[in-house]
Amino acid sequence: MQFMLLFSRQGKLRLQKWYVPLSDKEKKKITRELVQTVLARKPKMCSFLEWRDLKIVYKRYASLYFCCAIEDQDNELITLEIIHRYVELLDKYFGSVCELDIIFNFEKAYFILDEFLLGGEAQETSKKNVLKAIEQADLLQEVSHHEGSRFVD
Amino acid sequence: MSPSVRLQEMIRVIRSARTQGEERGLIQKECAAIRAQFRQSDNGARTHNLAKLLYVHMLGYPAHFGQMECVRLIASPRYSEKRIGYLGAMMLLDEKQDASLLITNSIKNDLSHSSQHVQSLALCTLACMGSAEMCRDLAPEIERLLGASDSYIKKKAILCAVHIVRKIPELGELYTPLACSLLSEKNHGVLHSAVVLITELCERNPDTLRQFRKTVPELVHIMKGLIMSGYSPEHNVAGISDPFLQVRILRLLRILGRCNDAASDAMNDLLAQVATNTDSSKTAGSAVLYETVLTVMDIRSESGLRVLAVNILGRFLLNNDRNIRYISMTSLQKIVQTDHTAVQRHRGTIVDCLKDQDASVKRRALELSLALVSATNIRTMMKELLVFLSTCPPELRAHTASGIFIAAERYAPSQRWHIDTILHVLITAGGDVRDETVPNLIKLITTASELHCYTVLKLYRALITDISQQSLVQVACWCIGEYGDLLLKGECDDIEPMQLTEDDVLDALETVLQSHMSSPASRAFALTATMKLSTRITNNVDRIRSIVSIYGSCIDVELQQRAVEYNALFKKYDHMRAAVLERMPVIDKSSPGDTLGDLTGEVTKDSSLSKPVPGGSTLPLEPASQAFDLLDLLGQTDTVPEASHAESAAAPDPAGPSTGRDLLDLLGGLETTVVPSVTVYEKGGVSLKLQCDSQTETAVTLTFTACNSTQNDITKFTLQAAVPKSIQLQMKAPSGSVLPAGGHSAITQTVVLSNPSKTNLKMRVRLSYSNQGMVCQDTVQIDSFPSPAWT
Repeated sequence: MQFMLLFSRQGKLRLQKWYVPLSDKEKKKITRELVQTVLARKPKMCSFLEWRDLKIVYKRYASLYFCCAIEDQDNELITLEIIHRYVELLDKYFGSVCELDIIFNFEKAYFILDEFLLGGEAQETSKKNVLKAIEQADLLQEVSHHEGSRFVD
Repeated sequence: MSPSVRLQEMIRVIRSARTQGEERGLIQKECAAIRAQFRQSDNGARTHNLAKLLYVHMLGYPAHFGQMECVRLIASPRYSEKRIGYLGAMMLLDEKQDASLLITNSIKNDLSHSSQHVQSLALCTLACMGSAEMCRDLAPEIERLLGASDSYIKKKAILCAVHIVRKIPELGELYTPLACSLLSEKNHGVLHSAVVLITELCERNPDTLRQFRKTVPELVHIMKGLIMSGYSPEHNVAGISDPFLQVRILRLLRILGRCNDAASDAMNDLLAQVATNTDSSKTAGSAVLYETVLTVMDIRSESGLRVLAVNILGRFLLNNDRNIRYISMTSLQKIVQTDHTAVQRHRGTIVDCLKDQDASVKRRALELSLALVSATNIRTMMKELLVFLSTCPPELRAHTASGIFIAAERYAPSQRWHIDTILHVLITAGGDVRDETVPNLIKLITTASELHCYTVLKLYRALITDISQQSLVQVACWCIGEYGDLLLKGECDDIEPMQLTEDDVLDALETVLQSHMSSPASRAFALTATMKLSTRITNNVDRIRSIVSIYGSCIDVELQQRAVEYNALFKKYDHMRAAVLERMPVIDKSSPGDTLGDLTGEVTKDSSLSKPVPGGSTLPLEPASQAFDLLDLLGQTDTVPEASHAESAAAPDPAGPSTGRDLLDLLGGLETTVVPSVTVYEKGGVSLKLQCDSQTETAVTLTFTACNSTQNDITKFTLQAAVPKSIQLQMKAPSGSVLPAGGHSAITQTVVLSNPSKTNLKMRVRLSYSNQGMVCQDTVQIDSFPSPAWT
């Protein structure tokens, strides 16, 4: 996978994960154009499109669009499954996830993604294992935060 | 706002901003506070501040001042700070930033940290944004971790290795020895990562590929385990056991089996099993089947398996899910050349997909349909394609039009059908066709001489209905100008006759001239056509004269120039007008600039169009020589040359280059050999012999020898030659143009023919000479040559 973008129906970016080195300017340009292209598509249309020289796979869940750019040899259908798996993970973690959860806890959304994908590839195919790892990491974070902090907010 | 406001509070506040300006102001204030906080050395709210900055960054505001803070946080001993620090690094630092190098050391340390989670952070960051330098530095560390006993770390280390190999392919050698043993792991995460790594290594290094071929049985075994295993709750997705892993293994098998019979054999049974047993009612199953089909088509699979794969794709085509249909067509596109007949079976469904609502599906269906057009189905397919053209989205029209033209060129069952098809396209989508369409169509029309009447009537009808499609208008004007006499006769077998008066025709042309929709080129066509009609009609020549003189003061420079010259043609050079405006010669199809004409297509098509000149009439050849003689004459005067230029410009790219050269070429080249020669012409004391000098696979050099056995000298002796369209002719200069009496010496002329498509060699030669003041001309057809080149 080259990158994954999450954005709302109004085109506001909620998460962006880049697995290829690009300058900030390029990222902004790509994001802007791709968001426009995907938002212009009608509801019943195909989830795959060819954009520039990339294959784009996107799926809409409620008010959020999950959009991935994959390489030529990657399997589009399994990418749809990857997107779905990520949504399931978020759902399990937040308990019936909605867009606001991702807005207000964006860093957690990133942490979950980083436990599922690494360097653009799936690292763990078992839902249970991913969630377990996040849980442990969260625990560690709690402990380390309270251990060392003198200023409690 | 207090500097220690929580992240979520800030987000709430920013979201409540009602305008962009308000938001900008809030963010500026917040960033200033964060910057101040960063400058303080010890601060318990560091994680919050960086998190806030990351949020601001995601909104699109600059956040580069947070880069050093990321570096600092990564180096912190606290996990909570490391976690956000590494996240910040992945978001704010990329390999292009210098600051990224500063974290290399921290990553190195963290890779050997006692806590798995810290190691995990380091691995994730390295795999996400590690530059080539960082990768080189840390490659040995990763190698060490590959041997780690913990599957949690191992799977991450493996994917890190994948990233390193992508950045520095040579380092693949470092990881190859370990990669092999990883296939015996039980943990799916590790296994999946291992397959990804092996795939990456094999794709980059052919030696490694050969080495890993021996893992095929092991991979087959793992797959079998996945398919046959019962329900495994941990990995089950819609009834498929770990589809992610299955897909990756299939992809690796594809690479290993490519171009290798042994490996392909070893996986044949497995692929058949997966293809038949996988339930494709949900996406997960379809994903596995899709990958299986891709693998089957790419390796050396046996035909039964291939048929199975194509059938799966056929089933996909009928699936309700649009995504599956799209995937199916993408795959069919890949194999349409190699497994043409198999794909043809699904042609009906593919053509139905042309009517799908989705533009991506339409595009795929179009590509496939064009690839599936063949001589047998051309009529039905073309009907569908023409219907598609009238309803397709605008971005596909140009592509459809050119696809239709190419298909028509290749498989047209008759010239009339061909012309009808092109006309239909011009009427439907004339604005989207390429520029060469107009000259190509004109060439096509001139060759179909028996259809001239039919064509011009049809074009006239189209013109009076709609003059907005410029290519159509241009072709129509040209034809009306050329064949106006046929149009006025109004009778034609295949089409409803029309009774037209000369005024009707001139009205049509004037409408084009005056309409604001006409492009300058179209108006030029119309003006020239009007002018040509002056020799083809009888009554309204005055009207034409007045039209032409009106445009003599037109603002458009091109039109003005033409009008002025045509005017001159009426006034000063009226005696030449008939000759200048005669019927155009048949345009040579293989002249330069003709893109469609390069497709020589099937033999049947060739024989119908390869006659050098349409049956019976030697007429086209005469005007050609006269026209060029005139060109020669006219070239010496100042005012009128433009008329001939304008005339030849109106008929785009005539055979000028090649035949002109033949007629006027005067370069050297003499050859006489004692090879058997054939007398091809003998009359009135003048004889012409032909001998073949040399001959290769695709070229022949011939020499003509002319001899004069009369009592008088023969002067101005010239030869002209014409050959079928697929053959190229080059005439070298003759040795002279005088044939002295009594046969004492001869004129020789060498001709080089190049025949790449090895069609039957035919030539028509015209001799022209002056004998005692009388100009004589004769034509001879040569069908057989001394050393038969091709039979």
